[in-house]
Amino acid sequence: MSSSEGPFLKAPLWKPEIGAYLFSGGLAGASAVLAFVARSRGNHRLARRALLTAAAGAAVSPPLLISDLGRPERFHHMLRVFKVTSPMSVGTWLLSGFGAAIGVAAASEVLGVLRPVGLAAEGAAALLGPGLATYTAVLLTDTAVPAWHQAHRELPFVFAGSAAASAGAAAAILTPAEAARPARRLAVLGAAGELAAAAAMKRRLGALAQPYEREPVRRLDRMAQSLSITGAAILGLLGRRRPAAALGGALVLAGSICQRFAIFRAGFDSARPR
Amino acid sequence: MAVVSGPPPYPDTRVAQPRPGQAVGFFTDSSICIGCKACEVACKEWNHVPTDGFNFLGSSYDNTGELGANTWRHVTFAERPAAPGGGDGQMRWLMNSDVCKHCASAACLEVCPTGALMRTEFATVVVQEDVCNGCGYCVPACPFGVIDRREEDGRAFKCTLCYDRLKGGMQPACAQACPTQSIQFGPIEELRTRARRRLEQLRQEGRKEARLYGVDGSDNEVGGLHAFFLLMDEPGVYRLPTRPATTTRDLPAMWKAAAAAAGALAAGVLLAFAGKGR
Repeated sequence: MSSSEGPFLKAPLWKPEIGAYLFSGGLAGASAVLAFVARSRGNHRLARRALLTAAAGAAVSPPLLISDLGRPERFHHMLRVFKVTSPMSVGTWLLSGFGAAIGVAAASEVLGVLRPVGLAAEGAAALLGPGLATYTAVLLTDTAVPAWHQAHRELPFVFAGSAAASAGAAAAILTPAEAARPARRLAVLGAAGELAAAAAMKRRLGALAQPYEREPVRRLDRMAQSLSITGAAILGLLGRRRPAAALGGALVLAGSICQRFAIFRAGFDSARPR
Repeated sequence: MAVVSGPPPYPDTRVAQPRPGQAVGFFTDSSICIGCKACEVACKEWNHVPTDGFNFLGSSYDNTGELGANTWRHVTFAERPAAPGGGDGQMRWLMNSDVCKHCASAACLEVCPTGALMRTEFATVVVQEDVCNGCGYCVPACPFGVIDRREEDGRAFKCTLCYDRLKGGMQPACAQACPTQSIQFGPIEELRTRARRRLEQLRQEGRKEARLYGVDGSDNEVGGLHAFFLLMDEPGVYRLPTRPATTTRDLPAMWKAAAAAAGALAAGVLLAFAGKGR
């Protein structure tokens, strides 16, 4: 309180559930795209697993978001308006549309009924998926928190890379190795993009990147880097063997989770420097 | 700090009754604030604002700390050296009653996903308590750290500029209670004129340190404040940010970056399938 420099902000109130949603929403969005492209290439084994991963990610997301509300029973008040100035409003509608589409697509896939409808729904989910994976960056940057707001050019690319890495990694774990080559490549590509964008983000932030040099964010950030690099290397070099694919995939997923939480937590320290 | 000499700064006490549709606000003149906290008390009484705790902050006569869900007026007590540099060890108090700024371009309102935060017919910014679902987005969006969630309640709260009193043709409780006219309520345009005239007066008295804060859009990026201040030192001394900005002013760039990243994600997936194999 003695500092007259500021910032004089309130720290975000969001609980770790929101950090978890940054991951689950990204995983769901990117997996839907992976499923659609795999389907269009005739790789149905990969398509099925990516589709079900997307559905699982979409299913856990609303409970994470709703449980974070101060008045969870009023969650539907989000649906009374649509505001482009509110990334949370845009996200509500994105997730609602995505959830409906991926739900229909997954049900059709599992039950084997209404296939034309299921495939159309898969296409709709793939169309919304990239938006679902990247709007969460705007959710954070559209605040007064310096380490979030000033990263608004790079953060969507960090989240896009993180989402691609986790979708590829999850599919590489779940899919027989001979059908999982595109998934492994997506994981490696995504991890590379995530790390490059995160480095660019910190360069842009300059002195505002200070939270990344202090605990607990520093440890999370370092873990994100080493887990992603190790996991991507294992997937890329040894991924044709299933156990190696499982190990590499798990490391990339863990790296992606650490990345999300590092960025999430950095905002708290940035708003209220200690 | 209180100016105890010279003529009364505001001999004309009457401020025109605002009409619905007319922008109203506060002009808080810290040079005549005596730190009595009548504004804090009147606000709590009228608005039924719960206790903000009996905390000893060890910060001069200020145990409230900052604005929040349960503190809608906050009197800062800043003890500063009387002379620049501190020299003889003499101190002076800088007191100022802080409040929600009811920004012309209000980030809290713009990011609110339920429409609970709204602009009233008096151009003030108010949370509709029957709509707010406690998402908390307004909290880190506010560049002044004003709005906060009342944890035992789950919803966001802040100064309403006594919306109910305005509807009844009364002035806000804090302005009504202020014994020195440090807090003045009225139509924005009239308050701006008063603020500029007061600054001129202080400058003529040799008070070079006097300055206006937020009276228009020139020292901020929130389109001007509907609650502005006359300060006797740097804004940071009063816990006010030097150049506050509405985060949504960068929203086009943010959405553009997100769209580009979404495109990159789609392209990345296609690239993963490129070449031989499936």
